[in-house]
Amino acid sequence: MKLFAALYQALDRSTATLDKRAALAEYFRNAPERDAAWGLFLLAGGKVSTARRKIAGPAELRDWVAEAAELPSWLVEESYAQVGDLAETLALLVPEPEQAAPERSLAEWIEEVLLPVAGFDPVDRCRVIKDAWRDLPFDERLVFNKLLTGALRVGVSQRMVQQALAEVSQVPIATIAQRMLGGWTPSPAFLRDLLNPQELPGDRQQPYPFFLASPLEQEPERLGQVGDWLIEWKWDGIRAQLIRRSGEVALWSRGEERLDGRFPEVEGAAAALEADCVLDGELVAWQPEEALPLPFSALQTRIQRLKPGPRWLAEAPVRMVAYDLLELAGEDLRELPQIERRRRLETLLENSEGPQLLPSPLLLPPDWEAAAALRSGSRERGVEGLMLKRATAPYQSGRRRGDWWKWKIGPLTIDAVLLYAQPGHGRRSTLHTDYTFGLWEGDALVPIAKAYSGLTDAEILELDRWLRAHTRERFGPVRSVEPLQVFELGFEGVNLSRRHKSGVAVRFPRILRWRRDKPAAEADLLHTLKALAR
Amino acid sequence: MNDIVQLRPEGLYCPAGKFHIDPWRPVPTAVLTHGHSDHARGGMGCYHTSAAGLPILHWRLGEQDYRPHEEGDEFRLEGARVSLHPAGHVLGSAQVRIEVDGEVWVVSGDFKRQPDPTCRPFEVVACDTFITEATFGLPVYRWPETAVVARDIARWIDHCAARGEAAILYCYALGKAQRILAELQPWIERPVYLHGAIASGVDVYRQAGVELVETRLVIDPANARAAREWAGELILAPPSAAGSTWPRRFRNYQQGFASGWMRLRGNRRRRNMDRGFVISDHADWPDLLRTIRETGAKRVIATHGDTEALVRLLNETGITAETLATRFGEDDE
Repeated sequence: MKLFAALYQALDRSTATLDKRAALAEYFRNAPERDAAWGLFLLAGGKVSTARRKIAGPAELRDWVAEAAELPSWLVEESYAQVGDLAETLALLVPEPEQAAPERSLAEWIEEVLLPVAGFDPVDRCRVIKDAWRDLPFDERLVFNKLLTGALRVGVSQRMVQQALAEVSQVPIATIAQRMLGGWTPSPAFLRDLLNPQELPGDRQQPYPFFLASPLEQEPERLGQVGDWLIEWKWDGIRAQLIRRSGEVALWSRGEERLDGRFPEVEGAAAALEADCVLDGELVAWQPEEALPLPFSALQTRIQRLKPGPRWLAEAPVRMVAYDLLELAGEDLRELPQIERRRRLETLLENSEGPQLLPSPLLLPPDWEAAAALRSGSRERGVEGLMLKRATAPYQSGRRRGDWWKWKIGPLTIDAVLLYAQPGHGRRSTLHTDYTFGLWEGDALVPIAKAYSGLTDAEILELDRWLRAHTRERFGPVRSVEPLQVFELGFEGVNLSRRHKSGVAVRFPRILRWRRDKPAAEADLLHTLKALAR
Repeated sequence: MNDIVQLRPEGLYCPAGKFHIDPWRPVPTAVLTHGHSDHARGGMGCYHTSAAGLPILHWRLGEQDYRPHEEGDEFRLEGARVSLHPAGHVLGSAQVRIEVDGEVWVVSGDFKRQPDPTCRPFEVVACDTFITEATFGLPVYRWPETAVVARDIARWIDHCAARGEAAILYCYALGKAQRILAELQPWIERPVYLHGAIASGVDVYRQAGVELVETRLVIDPANARAAREWAGELILAPPSAAGSTWPRRFRNYQQGFASGWMRLRGNRRRRNMDRGFVISDHADWPDLLRTIRETGAKRVIATHGDTEALVRLLNETGITAETLATRFGEDDE
C-alpha cells in the first residue's frame, strides 16, 4: 500500500500537470503488475466496494468509525460536515497505530483482505475494516478508505493517466484510450494487453475515443470565412457511437456505457446498412412525422429500459442523427478531412430506409450574420444552438480546442432565492458551496434547482460567512438559511416533471450572478418558470 | 447574575474586581492573556500582564501603563484575588485565575499543551469554572509531534532544493514563526530568510532570550539590489503575503503553510498550497478534553472557535457547558 499511498500523496500535493504526470509514470514503471492494474482501475474511477460486492457502505463506515474512535455518532457527522470527504474524515478520526503492521501491497489488500469478505455479514466486514484501521498509518489509511468510498478526487483526468501510460509503454495514446473504454477487469493480463504495442483482436470491438467540442467564447467572425466551416444544429440528446463490424452492432454512449438492446429501432436500421461502419451522432427521441424532436425528458424514459415494449417504442421512438463517419468497411477514416467524411456519411446513409438513421442536416448560411439568425431560432426548433466544424479537420480525441465549436444559445434565466446550503467536496470542503434555490408559489418558496458553480472565490467566502450567521436550522451538513438572498440562475432548458416536487426539472442550472440589489419578495414565481417548460 | 466573569459589550468583565480580560473596547483596567491582536488592543487605562508577556505588548502597543506580574504571584484588584499562570500559547501567554469569596474561575485565553521551546508550558490550575478557547473543537483535529513536523519541513526544503525551487513557508508572524525557527534548530544549518513582517517579532523573541536558528532578511537593507539564487532556501512569510505579488521575486518556488487548519486537505487545497504542515499554538481536541478534566471544573464556558460540538459533548458527559460570543479568534492561526 505504501507505493500507492505515495502516488496519491504526490498527486494530491501537486497542482502542476507535468508533475502529476511524472508521478503517474513513475508509479506505473515501479509498481508490480498486479498492483499497477488495480492502481489504474482506481485512477480511472473504479470502485472496489459496489452494490453487488459490498464491502462497506458509507453509513456502515460512519457507524464503525464511531465505535473504533469511541465517539457519539453525531460527532462523527459534525466532523464529516467539516471535512467534506468521508474517506478523509474516517482517517482523521481513527487513532494512530502504536506501531506499523507488516506491509501489504495494494493488490493484496484488495484481493486477499477486502474482496474475500465482499457480501458477507456486516459483523465480518466490520472486523476486517477495523483491523485495517488499527494497522495502517495515516497516509495509507486515507488511501485504504478511498478504496471503500470510491472517488479518489485527486485532480487526475483520464487523459493524464493515459498520457502517463503512453509515456511508459510507447503505445499511442489513442490506442490506450480505445482499449480502456467500457468495462474491464483489473488484472496483469489486462494491463499487458493495454500496453501491448501490437494490434489486438479486441481492438476491433471498441469504439473510438470521442472528439469533444469546446464552447465558442469569441465572435464567430474570428473563425474566418463561414464557408470554411460545416454548420449543423446542436441536438439535445445522447452523444453515441454506433459500431457495425462484421455485421454485429454495438452502441456506446460518450459516458463509455454500452447501450446495446435499449434502442432496437436504431440498431435495426444499422444492421440494414450496406456496409460496416462506425457512426458518431446523437440519439434523440422524435416522432416520425413531427418537425421537432421530443424534449430530452422523453429520451430519459428510454435510457435505462432494456428491450422496450411496443408502448415505449410508440411513445418515445428514438433515432440517431448522425454527424460523422469514423470507419467505413473496416477502414479508419479519422484522419480524412471533415468534409470528406461528411460526403461518405451522406453516401452511406442515402439508401437507409425510415427515419431511424439520418445525417444531421448541413445548414448553409451565406455569412456569419445569417448563422447567428439561425442560432437565435434554436429554442423554437428544440435544439441547443449550432455546431461549427472546420471543413479540413481530422477527427481527434478528447476536448481539443480549435476545430469543433459548440455555439450554444444564451441560457434561460430566472431570479431565485437561496434556501439551503451545504459544504462542497474536495477543494471546497470547508465552505458551503452547494446551494438550493426556490421560487415563489403564493406565500411559499418551492425548491426548484441546485447549483454548485458560478460564484467567484471571494463571493463564496462572503456567502459562506453570511449563511453561517443566518442559519435557521441544520439537518446534518445542510443548513436552511433565512430566505433573503437572490441569485440570477441560468439554465439550458426546463421540462415538466412528475418526479420533482416543484413539477419542473431544469437542465444544467448554474449561478449567473448574485442579485444583491433585489429583495427576496421580488424573485420570480414558479408559475413563470412553468410557462417556459416544454 | 452572580457569575465572577460576565460578557459585556466591551469584553469579558469581572464585576468583583472591576477589571476586563482582553477587552475589545477601551476600559480603565485590563488584564491581558497575551499579545495577539484579537486579545491585546490599545486604549486601555492600564494593562496587567505577565512579566514574560511584556516585551511583546511593548512592541505591539508601545508605551502604556503596564503592571507586570510574575507568574503565580497573586495580586488584588478590588474584591478579587488574581494571578497569572502560563498558557503555553506564545511567549508570555497567561491564563487568568480569579478568586472571589473562595470560588475560583480560570480564563484560559489561547492555550496549548504541546511542548514549545519559545514559552513556558501550560500549567493546570484547579478551578470551579473554566473559560476555554475551542479553536479546534472537533475530533478530526489531533496534532502530530512537532519534532516530526520539523523534520518534514527540513525534508521539504531538500525536495525543493533538488528541484531548484525556494521553499516559502507561510505562518502567523507572532508566535508560530518563532516556534518554527526554534524547532528547526536540530534540522537545518543554513540561515532562514524572513519577510519584514516576521523579522520584528523574531527580534523581540531573541531579546527575550529565546534561541532561534540564524535568520536573515529577504531584503537586506545593506545590499538591497544584489541578485541572488533562492533555490533550496527556506523563507518565512505571513499568510497575507501569499495572495500578493511578493512571492514572485523568488521565481521558482513552492508554498507551504504551517497551521492547525492544515490538518484538513480541503483547507490546504483551497489556499492552493503545495504543502501543509500541521503545527498549531492551540490545543487539539484530545488536549481540550484532557485540560477540562484536569482542572476539575464543574462548569465550562467556551469563548471562541468551534464551540458547538465541545459544548454538546461536555453537557452529555455531566459538565455544564455553554458558549459566550466573544470577539476572540478573529484573525487567528
